[in-house]
Amino acid sequence: MENNKVEVIVVGAGPAGVSAAITLARAGKEVLLIERGDCAGDKNIFGGTIYAKQTAEIFPKFWLTGPIERAITEQKIFLLTDYNSTQFSYKYSSKGAYKAFTVNRAKWDKWCCNQAEKEGAYYAPKTLVKELILKDGKVIGIRTEFEEFYSDIVIIADGVNSLLAKQIGLRKDIKDTDVSLSVKEVIKINKEKLEDRFNVDEEDGCACKILGGPLKDKFALGFMYTNKDTISIGYSISLDEIKKYKIKPYELLDELKAHPTISAYIKDGETIEYSSHLIPEGGYKAIPKLYDNGVMIVGDAAMLVNNVHFEGTNLAMLSGKIAAETAIEAINSKDFSASSLSKYYTKLKESIVIKDLKTHKNTIEIIKKNIHTLSSIYPETACEFIEILTEADGIEKKVKYRKFLKDIIKKGVITSSIPLAILAMEKCLKR
Amino acid sequence: MNINEKLATLKYNKDKESHLAVDNDVCMRCNEKVCTYICPANVYEWNEEKCIMTIRYENCLECGACKIACDKKNIIWRYPNCEYGVKYKNG
Ligand SMILES: Cc1cc2nc3c(=O)[nH]c(=O)nc-3n(C[C@H](O)[C@H](O)[C@H](O)COP(=O)(O)OP(=O)(O)OC[C@H]3O[C@@H](n4cnc5c(N)ncnc54)[C@H](O)[C@@H]3O)c2cc1C
Ligand code: SF4
Ligand code: SF4
Repeated sequence: MENNKVEVIVVGAGPAGVSAAITLARAGKEVLLIERGDCAGDKNIFGGTIYAKQTAEIFPKFWLTGPIERAITEQKIFLLTDYNSTQFSYKYSSKGAYKAFTVNRAKWDKWCCNQAEKEGAYYAPKTLVKELILKDGKVIGIRTEFEEFYSDIVIIADGVNSLLAKQIGLRKDIKDTDVSLSVKEVIKINKEKLEDRFNVDEEDGCACKILGGPLKDKFALGFMYTNKDTISIGYSISLDEIKKYKIKPYELLDELKAHPTISAYIKDGETIEYSSHLIPEGGYKAIPKLYDNGVMIVGDAAMLVNNVHFEGTNLAMLSGKIAAETAIEAINSKDFSASSLSKYYTKLKESIVIKDLKTHKNTIEIIKKNIHTLSSIYPETACEFIEILTEADGIEKKVKYRKFLKDIIKKGVITSSIPLAILAMEKCLKR
Repeated sequence: MNINEKLATLKYNKDKESHLAVDNDVCMRCNEKVCTYICPANVYEWNEEKCIMTIRYENCLECGACKIACDKKNIIWRYPNCEYGVKYKNG
């Protein structure tokens, strides 16, 4: 690197930034990847799972050498009432065709960065980018606490709070309806116990989504993921809902942990880490302008998260890759103008990133409106139904069926929710 | 498990100066005081007697929620300088 100048600077070594940096390095371009943590991953948390197919497009066969925790072989949904629960599970064999893996971000992000470095990217951890340097309406570099670096293009991959996109007016203040807050605990537990409780083989794992119970009537979703010998448990909740209900996030987490169904999974475990992070939730409508003269925004900084399908890391990596490919073309043609970099957005629109977000542009709103049905009435109805099927208590079945039917009609399960769900789907598909 | 026990599981490198600041006069006129409950690390506490906001910045998880939630946009928010702040090991 001569005179602190490279072809591309990438700010932020999360999935979006690393994917951009490695794509550039592989094309022989000079790229500097900057991260504020002592190591990549130090500042990052997620649920969560990375998706095998899309991650392998950047890191082929990463499961052979990368620090994965478990290969997901079961997707489970918990519908909680105040004390009880109904669970749906989809179990499959992972042999030969992995779908998703749990990872620990502190280890995973670090490993990804090492790969980028091995492929030729310059890597500067422990470096906080304070601001972008502008000249004649063009981004020409970045300023850290101690020095300045220059480049033809800066790729902003600094995550959901993106102070840098805000500095140049590409992002405005985030609305509290457009983000959710997550809190999480990592609970250490004996490995055999974990495998027994989640009914998984060695190296296999389970991903759980949790609706209702202490989270009922709030736009909130709980999760549990199995790692090697820890369980990640937490939930995310819209910021406006925290305000509405004046919730202390950590207290609601304790309520979730104490629910009888959930506590059975984590009992005797020791919490070894508490954490918190925001998730972009605004979807298609919250995507800002993603490029300008000498600059592009990728990943969470660009609000590219599909909350309906729990997808973030994959969209971050794909947007990082597409931005890098755009940068490579721009370097080859020596044109770093907004019009040259607008190809990034054109390509993004042709990819699943924008297509899927567009499909779901109204879904979150519809779920929010129907959250009582989804998080209270569905769990109650499911539990009641199974109780009727299985409970022998001397009461005539006809009487029970009648009461059940009367109840669900009264609650509107038949008359509103199911048609509503279908309507929501149809609306999505119409676009 | 209370919040102090939760925070005790974390590794921090404490900076000498705060990366968070508020204007106490604005807080005095704020009825909601959202920051005092929305923060996952319980960083903000209103001192009724002295009419100032106590900010335990050293416990901050750097999530950004307070900055977005404060309707009066009264929180000056930045990341801690490099090498400081929270350091996750199991994210
Ligand atoms: C609780 C939770 C559960 C989730 N579950 C899943 C899941 O199961 N599957 C999934 O695919 N996604 C999940 N996500 C979403 C996923 O984590 C994000 O979409 C993804 O991490 C975004 O990647 P990124 O690179 O854009 O941002 P980040 O991962 O946030 O990375 C940004 C990086 O930039 C650095 N940085 C920021 N500012 C600066 C600066 N000024 N100077 C230098 N460095 C800076 C940060 O330290 C960080 O390393 C979840 C998120 C949360 C919070
Ligand atoms: S919400 Fe904002 S204005 Fe209100 S007390 Fe907190 S910091 Fe002050
Ligand atoms: S950034 Fe998050 S943890 Fe830090 S003070 Fe604000 S709300 Fe609390």
